Amino acid sequence: MIEVRNIKKRFGNHEVLKGVTFSIEKGEAITIIGTSGGGKSVLLKHLIGLIAPDSGEVLVAGENIDRMNERQLLKVRRRFGMLFQGAALFDSMTVAENVGFVLDREQKMTPAEIAKRVEEVLTLVNLNGTQKKKPSELSGGMRKRVGLARAIAYRPEILLYDEPTTGLDPIASDMIDQLIIRVVEETKVTSIAVTHDMRSARRIGKRILMLHQGKIYTDQKPDDLFKSEDPIIHRFVNGIADLKETSL
Amino acid sequence: MTSATKDAIKDWFTGLGRGAILCQQTIGSICTIKPEWRNVVYQMYFIGVKSQSVVVITGAFTGMVLCAQAYFQFHKIKMDTATLAMVSVAMGSQLGPVLTSLMVSGRVGAAITAELGSMRVTEQVDALRTLAAHPIDYLIVPRSMAMFFVMPLLTAESICIGILSAYILAVFFLGINQTYLWYNMLHYTNGRDIFAGLIKATIFGMIIVMTACYKGLSCRDGAEGVGQATTEAVVFSSIGILISNFFLTMMLNRLLGQP
Repeated sequence: MIEVRNIKKRFGNHEVLKGVTFSIEKGEAITIIGTSGGGKSVLLKHLIGLIAPDSGEVLVAGENIDRMNERQLLKVRRRFGMLFQGAALFDSMTVAENVGFVLDREQKMTPAEIAKRVEEVLTLVNLNGTQKKKPSELSGGMRKRVGLARAIAYRPEILLYDEPTTGLDPIASDMIDQLIIRVVEETKVTSIAVTHDMRSARRIGKRILMLHQGKIYTDQKPDDLFKSEDPIIHRFVNGIADLKETSL
Repeated sequence: MTSATKDAIKDWFTGLGRGAILCQQTIGSICTIKPEWRNVVYQMYFIGVKSQSVVVITGAFTGMVLCAQAYFQFHKIKMDTATLAMVSVAMGSQLGPVLTSLMVSGRVGAAITAELGSMRVTEQVDALRTLAAHPIDYLIVPRSMAMFFVMPLLTAESICIGILSAYILAVFFLGINQTYLWYNMLHYTNGRDIFAGLIKATIFGMIIVMTACYKGLSCRDGAEGVGQATTEAVVFSSIGILISNFFLTMMLNRLLGQP
């Protein structure tokens, strides 16, 4: 479904991705973990063509998206739904307008059908009744759930989650995790989440890729990864800081 | 030349090039993509209706101050009745379009940059792209089209209000004969002056909207980045209006002919 071939990306003097290669099959649920600022979100944005690599290729359903212009990419992106780290809801619109954005623009459904679909997905994220609210009236967790509703409203084939639980309390994080698992199980979409929340990573992903120093360091099943004795993996999954880095 | 100066010049030309590409893409989008009229109408409301107070005050007080100053000079040589003609020509061809555009740049240009800049730093522009909406089609085209339709109307309104307020001042406060005042205005004001003013206003509107959109979509992250982009949008569009006014005056004078 998605194939990433040796992509490299540099911002100024800082090389964020140093040759990342992996592939994702249709219907798979994977998690990409790694340190903050390690290039996880940059990698995710490459998959949907929001950022173009300096070198390497990203293939979506066999099509190389790096060679596409913005208008060609729009068609590819219609296959994707993305939940942003800060939800990225349009603050000038209501919740219903946010969730029904794509359906409204496509003009393939009547306003009544759109309202029904919006109600369906908001019910799925336990937020039915908030249709007329503005994003500024919602809490962080509610915004993320609306973001998720917006991402699934038009039934995409691939869902991308950028730090879905960052900044949320443990209960809200659990709710988001449960929702993601439920969406994957019910809709059978291909799901890619980037996170540094180990509990989320373990629950959401059937496969975990670890991005370390700009490369995929490991690609394992969650249980194998958490049992790993590799010092880098062990320190990361157990949250153990390097004493050399913390010495004053 | 220091490296900082070289970098500043390079950045300036890069910005100019990117702005030109944005203009070209916007024109391409207007010509090929069906516009979202609902957004265009909303932007016309935002740019046109919400700028009424600014335009009315600018037009009225510019007309009155021009009338008073012209009267003080003309009165010395017994040409009082030419006052309104002078106001009308000046408002129609220069002050109406320039001052209205500068005011719109401050009100609308700043608002557009701040809105698009905030959208960019909060990833709303990226969200638009992931939702298969092209930022140019969705954000820039409706604003450009609205500005194209509204700016000449706002300028015409400003010119009319300027002339009307000058007329009221001249007749009721300065005691100038209203018949000759009106006759001279109609006699010396040429339709070409007004037409040139409206063409200029349309071009100034495009300068405002393209500068504002470019600055908004290319602003740096954070509140400081949005603030700086907003300031730059107003400064650059104001300078653009003043500089282009000179060239447009020369060009339109040649194209439309001397009145």
